[in-house]
Amino acid sequence: MSASPTPARSQPPLPPPDAPPGEPPRTNALRVLWEQTGMLLVFAVLVAGCVIFVPNFSNLRNINGLLLSVTTYGIIACTMLFCLASGDFDLSVGSVVAMSGVVAAVVTNQTHSVLLGILAGTAAGAIVGLCNGIVIAVLGINALITTLATMQIVRGLSYLTSDGRAVGVANDAFYTLGLSSMRDLSWMKWLGESGEFGRFLVGITLPIWIMLACFAVFGILLKKTIFGRNTLAIGGNKEAAFLAGIPVRLTKIAIFTLQGMVAGLAGVILASRLTSGQPTSGQGYELKVISACVLGGVSLTGGVGTMTGVVMGVLIMGIAENAMNLLNIQAFWQYVASGAILLAAVLLDRLKQRRVV
Amino acid sequence: MESAYLQFDSVSKSFPGVRALDRVSFSVREGRVHALIGENGAGKSTLLKVLSGLYRPDGGVVLMGGMAQSFRSTAAAIRAGVAVIYQELQLVPELSVAENLYLGNLPARMGWVNTIDMIAAAARQLEDLGERINPKAKVGSLSIGQRQMVEIAKALARDAKVIAFDEPTSSLSTRETDRLFSVIGKLKRQGSVILYVSHRMEEIFEVCDSATVLRDGRLAHTYESVEGVSRGELVEKMVGRSIEDIFHYQPRTPGAEVLKVDGLTGPGLTQPASFIARSGEIVGFFGLVGAGRTELMKVIYGARRARSGQVFIDGGAISPSSPRQAIRAGIVLCPEDRKKEGIIPIRSVMENLNISGRRHFSRLGFFINESRERANAAKHVERLAIRTPSLDQLVMNLSGGNQQKVILARWLSERIRVILFDEPTRGIDVGAKSEIYSIIYELANAGIAVVVVSSELPEVLGVCDRICVMREGAIVADIPRGQASQQKILGLALPAGAQTKTQEPL
Repeated sequence: MSASPTPARSQPPLPPPDAPPGEPPRTNALRVLWEQTGMLLVFAVLVAGCVIFVPNFSNLRNINGLLLSVTTYGIIACTMLFCLASGDFDLSVGSVVAMSGVVAAVVTNQTHSVLLGILAGTAAGAIVGLCNGIVIAVLGINALITTLATMQIVRGLSYLTSDGRAVGVANDAFYTLGLSSMRDLSWMKWLGESGEFGRFLVGITLPIWIMLACFAVFGILLKKTIFGRNTLAIGGNKEAAFLAGIPVRLTKIAIFTLQGMVAGLAGVILASRLTSGQPTSGQGYELKVISACVLGGVSLTGGVGTMTGVVMGVLIMGIAENAMNLLNIQAFWQYVASGAILLAAVLLDRLKQRRVV
Repeated sequence: MESAYLQFDSVSKSFPGVRALDRVSFSVREGRVHALIGENGAGKSTLLKVLSGLYRPDGGVVLMGGMAQSFRSTAAAIRAGVAVIYQELQLVPELSVAENLYLGNLPARMGWVNTIDMIAAAARQLEDLGERINPKAKVGSLSIGQRQMVEIAKALARDAKVIAFDEPTSSLSTRETDRLFSVIGKLKRQGSVILYVSHRMEEIFEVCDSATVLRDGRLAHTYESVEGVSRGELVEKMVGRSIEDIFHYQPRTPGAEVLKVDGLTGPGLTQPASFIARSGEIVGFFGLVGAGRTELMKVIYGARRARSGQVFIDGGAISPSSPRQAIRAGIVLCPEDRKKEGIIPIRSVMENLNISGRRHFSRLGFFINESRERANAAKHVERLAIRTPSLDQLVMNLSGGNQQKVILARWLSERIRVILFDEPTRGIDVGAKSEIYSIIYELANAGIAVVVVSSELPEVLGVCDRICVMREGAIVADIPRGQASQQKILGLALPAGAQTKTQEPL
């Protein structure tokens, strides 16, 4: 067998290499430990290092800012997890962020209803996702190509709707989505006066709460529902999942629609924070989000992924960026760093796969 | 006796659980065409893969011209003068004939391909074979027969001394087959050593000088000359093993008709297929690889779209357009290729086992009920004696037999009426095999209609109440157990010969 020039996967199917009956191979305990806690370890070391060496890092105000800075891609990473876990990609999310922000701004301005604006922005994202899903699942086009195309189409559409300029919103209620916190609630006043940590809690803005809610909801969706398990099964072996009676197409369409919807929501929130819908926003977010997922141990070939991992990945990226800012490292170097982080993440994924095969 | 150029000396190759080749020895002289025959799984393909350097033998040696060869790769085998021409031709359709001929060995000066020289050389090579193929034509535009000629020319361009053909006529017309035979005759006169693997008896008598019969990975017999040997004798040598009874068959009385397949056509089926299976009955499907058995099962199961025809369950017409619908109608399938189509390798035993049935014990049809899933998995692991250290073990770490049991267990939480097994024991060791058989009987005794597709004749004869034989995409016979014999069934399954092939439309 060792003489075979082809990788193990494409070897002739004649006699499958079976383990001798009765004694399934033992898994290495250390390996399992690393698999389960490796990322946690990296995370802990990173946090400890930042607390010790980066001035002001552990300041609660800085933590709040750090969390706020990761909200957009933290929210999108929740559904990107599903895309990757099912063995696909979505590159259109960055453009969807821009378009849904613009749509929300335009609709709010025209209807004078913030609620309609938010719904329209989110729905626009969902529609893009639905289109992606149908093209990929029903027409059978590669997800990479499909979403590469929609990424450009959607970016173009957001320029067209906004005439290439930021669309300002002259409605204060629109900003609440991005800026409000418990500080605005009079009945939570006691918490803000109860000490430093209380002040931190009331200072956490709505986008952060929404991100945390997304982590919880999609975490449960992946782990505790049939939909989530089906997603992982499809990523693990699409043909076997199909033959086991899983509605593969429907599940894929649902995943992409959810992905579009959530990216849309993230876009609306971003627009609210920026007080305008900007057609240039969200550029490169798709890669940032995918890097965060991969960093969190989500396999690019599908079938493997946890929400805990994704949360970790998102935070690692946020902390790295935040620490570099605090250390006054030039912005240009930050590109180099995030590229290096992505490469490291992919290498990690590769190592994991070698273990699997 | 003059010395043989190609010698297999006690060649063995094992895979876990399977002894694919067991001390096989035979030799072929120069200028001879030697047939290699045997049932599916007899070891022919493994032997060819050893010859081509794809597998390394565990024991024994291949000699060429008296020199022991140990190929570390297919490239090494090619350099030593071996060419294996597989059923699936190894050509690049987008490239020209000439480019394909010299692929990996392009005549070049300083990295620049000398196209004119190459085309001229290709034209000479093809002319030597008596072929009129434009060397500039794209291989994709050629007929299968012409492509095969290109493949042969490619072998000669690489100075191949040993040329092995694997089922070369399976997709050729009569005229193309005749051309192939005349080229083989020419190669023979030039002193090549030719190995010829085929199921078609007539061809063997037509082109081969000598023959080796393999059975269960062992040498059954070598004929120094096939002259005067009867077809019946060869078939007997192919199947004539003693069947140890690992089957423990017990007669049952079938009940009412459960599954009725009426005039089903679809991809891979050349004629409308019809058969029935009764409650408690085990119906076998035998045929050679590519006879359309798997395709028929997939169409019944809704995994491939039927072009026409209908499937009935308990008299009610269903036409599943997806496995999901088939499962809900009571039809389930244990697929042929466990690794590719059965298991989700990187998921746990529990996950693989509950993948379909979990909807029956979910909350609100949406949320997983972990404790009931665990209980269900534990129950089936115990009932089917699935050997796994824990329910959370990844299924890919289990042996083939245990993986098959996990797939089977998946269906036991469904309300099944019909279960289709496609090669249920392929690559499984003997002990696990008889366990699988007893589960099959248990299912039949519970009133389920069971269909068993198998390439192993003894299995079909040992397990089934009735046997359908498929040949070239059609059901050609439906024989009750009492009237079935190995010779009869194999005789029906083997293609009648090249003359039954359709004429070339030219």
